[in-house]
Amino acid sequence: MSTQDPVLHVDALVVETTDKTPKQILKAVSFEIHAGETLCLVGESGSGKSVSSLTTLGLLPPGSLRATSGRVLLDGEDLLQATPKRLIELRGSRMAMIFQEPMTALNPVLTVGKQLDEVLACHTQASGAERRAQVLDALEQVHLPDIQRMYTSYPHQLSGGQRQRIMIAMALLLKPRLLIADEPTTALDVTTQHQILKLIRELQEKHGTAVLFITHDMGVVVDIADRVCVMNTGVIVEQGPVNQVLSSPREAYTRRLLTAVPSLTPRPPRPERGPRRVLDVAELAKEYGVSKRLFNGWRKPRTGTRAVNDVSFHLLEGRTLGIVGESGSGKSTLARCVMRLIDPTGGTIRINGQDIADLHPRGLKPHRGRIQMVFQDPYRSLNPRITIGQSLIEGPMNYGKPRREALAQAEELLQLVGLPPDAIDRFPHQFSGGQRQRIAIARALAMEPDVIVADEAVSALDVSVQAQVLALFDDIQKRLGVSILFITHDLRVAAQICDDVLVMQRGQVVEYGPAQQVLGHPQASYTRQLIAVAPGRSWNFAAFAPAS
Amino acid sequence: MLGYFIRRLLAAIPVMLVVALSVFLLLRLSPGDPAVIIAGDMASAEQVASIRAALGLDQPIYTQFFIWIGNMLQGDFGTSLISQTSVLSMITQRLEPTISLAIAAIVFTVLISVPLGVIAAWRQGSWIDNLVMSISVVGFSVPVFVIGYVLIQVFAIELGWLPVQGYRSLENGVGEFARRLVLPALTLSSVYIALIARMTRASMLEVLKEDYIRTARAKGLGERLILFRHALRNAGVPILTVIGTGFALMVSGVVVTESVFNIPGLGRLIVDAVLARDYPVIQALILLTAGLYVVINLLIDLSYAITDPRIRY
Repeated sequence: MSTQDPVLHVDALVVETTDKTPKQILKAVSFEIHAGETLCLVGESGSGKSVSSLTTLGLLPPGSLRATSGRVLLDGEDLLQATPKRLIELRGSRMAMIFQEPMTALNPVLTVGKQLDEVLACHTQASGAERRAQVLDALEQVHLPDIQRMYTSYPHQLSGGQRQRIMIAMALLLKPRLLIADEPTTALDVTTQHQILKLIRELQEKHGTAVLFITHDMGVVVDIADRVCVMNTGVIVEQGPVNQVLSSPREAYTRRLLTAVPSLTPRPPRPERGPRRVLDVAELAKEYGVSKRLFNGWRKPRTGTRAVNDVSFHLLEGRTLGIVGESGSGKSTLARCVMRLIDPTGGTIRINGQDIADLHPRGLKPHRGRIQMVFQDPYRSLNPRITIGQSLIEGPMNYGKPRREALAQAEELLQLVGLPPDAIDRFPHQFSGGQRQRIAIARALAMEPDVIVADEAVSALDVSVQAQVLALFDDIQKRLGVSILFITHDLRVAAQICDDVLVMQRGQVVEYGPAQQVLGHPQASYTRQLIAVAPGRSWNFAAFAPAS
Repeated sequence: MLGYFIRRLLAAIPVMLVVALSVFLLLRLSPGDPAVIIAGDMASAEQVASIRAALGLDQPIYTQFFIWIGNMLQGDFGTSLISQTSVLSMITQRLEPTISLAIAAIVFTVLISVPLGVIAAWRQGSWIDNLVMSISVVGFSVPVFVIGYVLIQVFAIELGWLPVQGYRSLENGVGEFARRLVLPALTLSSVYIALIARMTRASMLEVLKEDYIRTARAKGLGERLILFRHALRNAGVPILTVIGTGFALMVSGVVVTESVFNIPGLGRLIVDAVLARDYPVIQALILLTAGLYVVINLLIDLSYAITDPRIRY
């Protein structure tokens, strides 16, 4: 380690809520980062990692959180004592931050060039022409194509990866001493994530920036960290060089976190229950933007976007099929078509032999119950104003089940998904994310479906919770024999739960077969590439050792 | 964009036709005979009948409608049944005071309410926020004529800064025109200031929670830039909608203000025409108002595209 003074030194930092009964969010947190070093702050949601970074920048939400003791030293200057004016000077020039959601972190009504230019206009005396040259240079450094066009583009015209590059360009414009990256790749596809991590590394080496990298993803830690701090409920439970923490974790919590990371090695397939094809999809297509408007008769017909193009697969009783792909690959559109939440433009969807692709809403109703969905975000998929019990009985009662029976079934289901029976009278906000996803699964099961479509159902959850919910899926499948169509972007998750895997790219099937074959011995170059960029591939978390 | 503009203008034609038809029918069906009113209390049945024939009121209703539409397409809006002058000239005379008043009121509204709303949102829960919200409750709840008379009492009678009443055309010099417009415009804008300050505050509160505001803070921008460059433009769409419809409402709703300040505008023309059952004038005024709404709605939609680059037609 370098003998110089650290760039950032956080010393016994305490952050409390400002209520009448203050709660400690950070309990005497201490760490330091040197120039050119990357420190990863790892932890699950609620561990206080984002609060640490916002405190450093002086961006704690006023009126709800405040730092009550400790020091945050940036090159020896205590930021907790700095005036608001001094903090504004330091932000963007000496310390900068990139955020998780590139889709919402840029202002939608200002051009990219303008938003970068502002940083220079606020912090330097440079003339307009100089600023423009500097901004273009920064765009060049983050390897964006066609920088002149980028300069005049609006954020919505760019992809998520491009926007994150712009955020990085913006953060590094004035060559800050400290870069704080708060989950900068969590919202990105694996391929893009890989590129962004490489870019941060490259620019860091070039400028000697100290990087505070916040993540919940152990795979990312392997790929980027020099040192690691593991956080849990406002305390740093363990810190040290990355190899040491990963190979010989001292604390039980760290150990638990590491073993919860799903392995990339595919699971053995479940035994076949029978030859019944509960779901059989053939040549399914969904084309968007085919002009059908009344007054556009004289325009030349537009060719639409093919979000799903000629997709065929089948799902046997009691098995799990994973649909894997990056964003824009059409996997969610496919799921919505299969559910008939949107209408496919071609092909057939057979549920127990009955084609539902062209059924009108009334004809569809008897079949809706056969196929049910679990959505990605349990914080938004449950109606906040109705109780769990009401959520669970609504569907069965629509199909004519008496209220009393539906309630009795709801209680059984809550027990099945591992929730206390008194949950039935409570509201969604009284549950954690993992519990809510259990409720969502119970709601899907209440219809006694043959097929459950799970659309990124564990993506919003912490690794340890993710592991529990995956185990729950496995358990209900064993007990009830339900078939699962599991949509995910995460190859580790797919490897843990799927018997068969279908890889999609740009609306088409790239590879389809048993999980052991597709993930273990991929044939298509796209699949191989996806596996190659999966974060932390070089490490075997369960064995606390490098992957062989 | 141009194509969209033209399509929207074409779509306005059927709208205007439906408005014209319903206005025409509604007035014919309402009780009261203009011929009787013109003839006066002492007239005989023959006199009334001859007046009715002279006005064309004895013809079948559909004939009257087509004659009316045909004439309007040629720019002839008819003559007033009462004053016997051309409706078009009656309206154009009254248009200038009302439009000036409405524009001045909108300018006051925007200049006062938007900054108030922005500051209230920025300092949510502080005394400034409470003050702004109290002002807006007053603006909503006190009747327009009360505000008008209070303003006259304070600024015209006690302080003597501004004239009490009346209107001076722009032709007679900008100074006097503006001096006489200040109080009526402030009066008229009171409700809109209250409304738009609240809208701005609510819309800004939403936007200030967005990630890009946090980004703007993280790059070290000052609060003024964050509020007015980053937040306000994003909060703009709902505010513009209310400003636009507010303007259309003003033009058709200035009756009280014009009465208080004795301004010869459209509002009073409408009231006089209705009381006298002056059909041609009423019809032309309603059509004018409907047309104004169509145009303003189009302008609002186009202004969305200017404030938000994601909206393209």
